[in-house]
Amino acid sequence: MSKISRRNFLKSSGAVAAIPLMGSAGNALAKENSQLPDTGIMLDYPETTVSNLSKLPVNKAINFHFPDNSSPCAVIRMGHAVSGGVGPDKDIVAYSIQCNHMGCPLNYDTTTRTFKCSCHFSTFDSEKTGQMVTGQATEDLPRILLSYDKASGDIKAVGVDGLIFGRQANVV
Amino acid sequence: MTQKIKDRIGLPPVNAQKTNMTCHFCIVGCGYHTYKWPVDKEGGRKANQNALGIDFSKQVGSLQLSMTPAMTNTVKDKDGQAYNIMMVPDKECVVNSGIYSTRGGAMGSLMYNDTGASKERLKYPRFFTGDDWVDWDWKQAMAVYAGVTKRILDKDGADQIMFNAFDHGGAGGGFENTWGSGKYMFSALKTKMVRIHNRPAYNSECHATRDMGIGELNNSYEDSEVADTIMFIGMNCYETQTNYFLNHALLNLQGNTKGKRKQWFPKESIEDSRFIFVDPRRTNTQAICEQTAKDRVLHLQIEPGTDTALFNGLLSYVVEQGWHNKKFIAQHTSGFDDALKANKMSLADCSKVTGVSQADLKKAAEWAYKPKASGHAPRTAHMYEKGIIWGNDNYKIQSALVDLVLATQNVGRRGTGVCRLGGHQEGYARPPYPGPRPAPYIDQEIINGNGKMLTVWACNSVRSTLNAQRYQAKIIQRSNIVREALIQAGGGLSTEQLVDVIYDAVSNKGGLFVTTIDLYPTTFAKLGHMTLPAAHPGEMNLTSMNGERRMRLSEKFMDAPGIAKADCLIAADMANTLKGMYKAEGNAEMAKRFEGFDWGTEEDAFNDGFRKPDGIDSQGGGTGTLVTYERLRAMGNNGVQLPVKEFKNGKLIGTEMNYMDYKFGTKDGKAHFLPAPWTGLPEPVEKLRGKHKFWINNGRANHIWQTGFHDKYHAFRSERYPMAPIEMNPADAKELGIESGDVVEVYNGYGSTSAMAYLEPDMKPGHTFMVFAYFKGNVGEVVTDWTDQNVLPYYKGTWADIRKVSSMADYKETVSFKSRRYA
Repeated sequence: MSKISRRNFLKSSGAVAAIPLMGSAGNALAKENSQLPDTGIMLDYPETTVSNLSKLPVNKAINFHFPDNSSPCAVIRMGHAVSGGVGPDKDIVAYSIQCNHMGCPLNYDTTTRTFKCSCHFSTFDSEKTGQMVTGQATEDLPRILLSYDKASGDIKAVGVDGLIFGRQANVV
Repeated sequence: MTQKIKDRIGLPPVNAQKTNMTCHFCIVGCGYHTYKWPVDKEGGRKANQNALGIDFSKQVGSLQLSMTPAMTNTVKDKDGQAYNIMMVPDKECVVNSGIYSTRGGAMGSLMYNDTGASKERLKYPRFFTGDDWVDWDWKQAMAVYAGVTKRILDKDGADQIMFNAFDHGGAGGGFENTWGSGKYMFSALKTKMVRIHNRPAYNSECHATRDMGIGELNNSYEDSEVADTIMFIGMNCYETQTNYFLNHALLNLQGNTKGKRKQWFPKESIEDSRFIFVDPRRTNTQAICEQTAKDRVLHLQIEPGTDTALFNGLLSYVVEQGWHNKKFIAQHTSGFDDALKANKMSLADCSKVTGVSQADLKKAAEWAYKPKASGHAPRTAHMYEKGIIWGNDNYKIQSALVDLVLATQNVGRRGTGVCRLGGHQEGYARPPYPGPRPAPYIDQEIINGNGKMLTVWACNSVRSTLNAQRYQAKIIQRSNIVREALIQAGGGLSTEQLVDVIYDAVSNKGGLFVTTIDLYPTTFAKLGHMTLPAAHPGEMNLTSMNGERRMRLSEKFMDAPGIAKADCLIAADMANTLKGMYKAEGNAEMAKRFEGFDWGTEEDAFNDGFRKPDGIDSQGGGTGTLVTYERLRAMGNNGVQLPVKEFKNGKLIGTEMNYMDYKFGTKDGKAHFLPAPWTGLPEPVEKLRGKHKFWINNGRANHIWQTGFHDKYHAFRSERYPMAPIEMNPADAKELGIESGDVVEVYNGYGSTSAMAYLEPDMKPGHTFMVFAYFKGNVGEVVTDWTDQNVLPYYKGTWADIRKVSSMADYKETVSFKSRRYA
């Protein structure tokens, strides 16, 4: 596990990773570099292997923790390219699964491919970068930024877009 | 997607300034605290190092915190000093207990920041010279505004000076601002030519219930916690009165308040509570309730506009069963026999008209009105909103509903009530309206070429009106006459000459001089000639009351942008300028009419109106005199429920439920039944139904507040709905080659508008639901000009055809079209 800053990450991941922050999944990085907000901040996250392509069945949420053991997340392979997806088919995405409204656990609904909160009923679209379909959060679901290593098939978590519930900063 | 990498936020230090704030938006009025501290400071993570008192050195547990990036911002005061702010829900507030909605939760980020979501806020008065908008100071703006006003008042009379104005609480309203604007319009100008922000005349949305002696906000949110049954009529409170639902009503359905119910009503049998939904649409509120307790949720999925028939059928059946309260009716009401006769409808006929099975009608009657095992009448709350307010004959539906409620005595007992759930907060204190009832239909006056001057005050009524296409076309045409005159007049004009040019255009050429007073350059503002910048809570002190009449003071904590100011002080500026003009020409009589606006602050306006209730219409009533800013400040975010009973031991004591003494709001103190026979749909609406394929139901949606005046600039919301979504049945859409994300045209003989198709399997074939008053896609353009006897529109009652116009790859890529129903 190594620490990686936003700048280094962008520099080193150019060949292998897609971290689209907006727009389509294709030709992501060149486009994405310019879309990072000037004032954006990204803490130093511990790069963490969360799964491997060979271990990701389609439409199944695989849980992991990131950036530390108090922060449950889930990675899903959608089976088709989605906005923000990584991997050979641009179809792998990951999210924090604590509702960013008030922290209740989110359940992944395989039928609708949404994350649902049973406390205050917010619903987030896993195929649309965590967009809140309906509900009471004030931001879309925090998205775990991933990188994909072609050689090993490893999926690594490298950052978070959005504030994880219950934290002043994502890295405690 | 809207998020930027924002993975940390600054905490308020322990010594951050802390003030009270009631949410700006919906009627529920959740309590918040605003923290403000110097921009270069930050609190620490340890609980004793930050003002929230929370330990952020480890993960905070679920439900222990409400704090998101949207609650933060950086603001600047007039002294140039920058501050961080954080606006977080108040755990101690009994309204929301620390919960927040997606609307209120973003309040912090919507406060003015010259690089933030609110950067388009109006900072200065602006005037359209004919080809350009120029900034003016207040003196020049008032010289022209008051100059035109005076010219018209002197030569043509007050009826030519028209207003579209707010009448509510919360942002763009409040007791200070309704008083300031009302005193100016009704006492000083003495014009009756005023319409309210969302309807074309100066009327109540609840004339019927008031005529029957029952004010429309008669219970507390707590009553929804202890009701046996709640009948929800034409409302969708999860999306539009969120924390009334989440923090009160839902707790009851979940069984979390059973202990309280047993404690409050120890002699009564207490069963699991039941919810009845009256709505042609299966709303998300209903979906959530079904997820919670499917067998205790009943959907009376009535045909559009048949509410009156439903209530009449239920009334007739309840009386047949003997479930009405004969003693109460005899002692405390009048008109029961006549109403029963007029409203009589068999269950078979009721079923035929409403489309609801007789079995479900009986079930509803049993749930709501059949005596409980203990022999006590069930405590049934009837909570309604725009399905009735904007329904098929507002006056009649409300009469039919309240007849049913009165017959079963579901008012004045805890756990009951017949209440609107509400849109805006309330905050009404004005001199009596100087016009008749029914009041003039102002939109039609404008369409017919009447009125020389229109001031659009804290509303965007080209988006929030009926027959909107024709109305907007007329506004554009008449406004352009003035614009052209300004261009033709050339340069070098003195203020007096400018007023001459405008007056000539409005009096001789059919023009209309349009001024808007608002936070933003709205659609209406862009069509007009002058905009005046207003302030909202936080930039001014403001009092309002919520849907349970809970009055709070939202405290000023920052300066308004530029030279923007509170609406009441803008009204004072207008009045004082006119007073000066009349004085200057030696007209003491007219100068006197504009006296009484010597206000330095909004508190002065509050003290002049709310606190002097004699002879005015105030929701504070006669005991408003007991309320002061200081006393309200001490009551914090729990405030006091109006009317105030007394001030005792340093506390304001309020009223939780009205009519517990069965003294109703009529001359004789009795509640009056009103006949409300079912007579079908209004003729113009029935005609549309015969001609067009789709019922265009419309209303609000979760993310969006009213006309979207902030939302338009707030990426989280505007990217969710880049234009007004219209929910359609998928089979209907397929037939027309329409997919989610397509731009469609919605059209009928009244007009045409556009929407973004949103396929929703829950929609019945032939039914649609379009977001109302949106900034892109305006459903009012296809709504008929029909109104009820008090000039209340039937916004919900229009039929139209739909066709695909365009396929938007970007919408399909970025917008989620998953079902908006939780389950």
